[in-house]
Amino acid sequence: MRRRAVLAVLAVGLGAVALSGDRFWMQFLGKAMIGCILAMSLDLLVGFSGLVSLAHSAFFGLAAYALAGLTNQLGLVSPLLTLPLCVLAAGSAALVIGWLSLRATGVYFIMVTLAFTQMLFYLFNDSPALGGSDGLYVAQRPVDSRLAAYAAIWAATILVYLLLARILRAPYGRTLEGIRDNEQRMRSLGYATRRYKLVAFVIAGALAGLAGYLDATLYGFVNPAQLGWRQSGLVLVTVLLGGKGTLYGPALGALLLAFIEHYGESVTEHWNALIAALVIAVVLFLPRGLAGLVQGSARG
Amino acid sequence: MSLSLFALQLVNGVEYGLLLFLVASGLTLVFGVLGVLNFAHGSFYMLGAYLAWWLSERTGSLALAILVGLPAMVLIGLLVERLAIARLYRRDHLSQVLLTYGLVLLFNELQRALWGNDVHGVATPRALSFTVPLGEAQTWPAWRAFTALCCIALAAAMRQLILKTRFGMRVRAGASNAEMVEALGIDVRRVFSVVFSAGTALAGLAGMLAAPLTTVYPGMGESILVLSFVVVVIGGIGSIKGAFLGALLVGIADTFGKVLLPGFASAMVYAVMAAVLLWRPRGLLGPAFEGR
Repeated sequence: MRRRAVLAVLAVGLGAVALSGDRFWMQFLGKAMIGCILAMSLDLLVGFSGLVSLAHSAFFGLAAYALAGLTNQLGLVSPLLTLPLCVLAAGSAALVIGWLSLRATGVYFIMVTLAFTQMLFYLFNDSPALGGSDGLYVAQRPVDSRLAAYAAIWAATILVYLLLARILRAPYGRTLEGIRDNEQRMRSLGYATRRYKLVAFVIAGALAGLAGYLDATLYGFVNPAQLGWRQSGLVLVTVLLGGKGTLYGPALGALLLAFIEHYGESVTEHWNALIAALVIAVVLFLPRGLAGLVQGSARG
Repeated sequence: MSLSLFALQLVNGVEYGLLLFLVASGLTLVFGVLGVLNFAHGSFYMLGAYLAWWLSERTGSLALAILVGLPAMVLIGLLVERLAIARLYRRDHLSQVLLTYGLVLLFNELQRALWGNDVHGVATPRALSFTVPLGEAQTWPAWRAFTALCCIALAAAMRQLILKTRFGMRVRAGASNAEMVEALGIDVRRVFSVVFSAGTALAGLAGMLAAPLTTVYPGMGESILVLSFVVVVIGGIGSIKGAFLGALLVGIADTFGKVLLPGFASAMVYAVMAAVLLWRPRGLLGPAFEGR
């Protein structure tokens, strides 16, 4: 109950930033909330389905590229058209990649998702028609004011949280957790486990696409590095930092990481070494993440 | 494509595949024996290449650079195993992915701090800087031939070591049941650290051999890591023979892909991987049942 109150206060606070109209904070917190959407949706796979996917950045990037393509090539701008199309593009890619990757299990699954992610990375990075390593500008953003973009991101973050919470409470979510804990048993109980996992993969991929769409809306720009596996690794770190298997953990982790990143960059040029140290420290000393600290030793 | 051009691409593909095998065999061995999925494996390839460049600038000879660089790689492997990997033996895949991902970031930053972000060329040793005629119109650089021969020799030595020696027996036993081996009084941890540092050295050596062919550049470790993963997925994880088969397949597919579909240079490789996944989800020579 207290947790819900804290989250509600946090959400209202993030919304209130829009009233201040401060450009820097809207850009910064907007980016941070996009990170929340990515982390929460990835946790649907990592924390609740036991699927360690490195393809999350691929769906994020694909939707962003889809927006650039729709706007620059076809002149489509209205979010009523571009938003569903971009999310659909990410979701369809997740369907294909997920269908292939989920034939594999365990570490194979991790390696295959990595391979497909890098395939897409090289596809965009190496072909001049798709912007090459410089990436693409979005000629005209779906919403033209920063305030509107921020408001959209804020609303999307809350909706994604509520949607995922709803999914996880439903029998479908319970089944996913059952599969995570013992797939063999769920299969013998008659569940088509691979189909359940594929649906989760597509939902998570579509939500990552939503995050990518919002990112391209906020920045008006997309580049192939956003698609690469290192980006996926960073989202995984966010999930672990916050605490996998909870929704609020990864969301808080994303906010925290945004702050660490912002202040870390101003402190040292070798900012990546700092992140590396943080990653290693979290794995070794905080395997249940921040949520683990909050919950104490109540859950195993 | 003329016949001689085809032959040239084929030998290039085989040579590239053999080089990939050096990297992928370490990856698959470390997973098979230690049970750790090591994303930092590509970083060892990069470190090897950078060492080859840096040491050959200092000593003026690539041969000397390799002689000094190989023990350095073994040492790096021992250190990384003791300090980081050893803490992962009982942890889940997510922890393994993330900790070794942290190592990748660390090694990338190390490379940036020590050697900068420039691309460097490495000269082939003068004794091997001639070319071998191939058919009527084509020639093949002797260094590529030397690389291929080195890889074949190492593959054969590895096979002998693993199948015919007492140490190899321990490695195989450790791969199938480490706890049982430990109960029998064999120091499994030592086997683990030897296997890991051997894998590190193999990846480093591959980087050193590749340095004159591909130049030395930031991010070279990551592209080879992804290809090694593809090799291991195709061959079946934990299987050295599978890695050999997969590496040749990927090497040839990649080389011909670059010639036939220049716009989608790497698409060929992933098409092969997807096909294998559809046909045999656990790889060509992978375990028949779900293992770890």
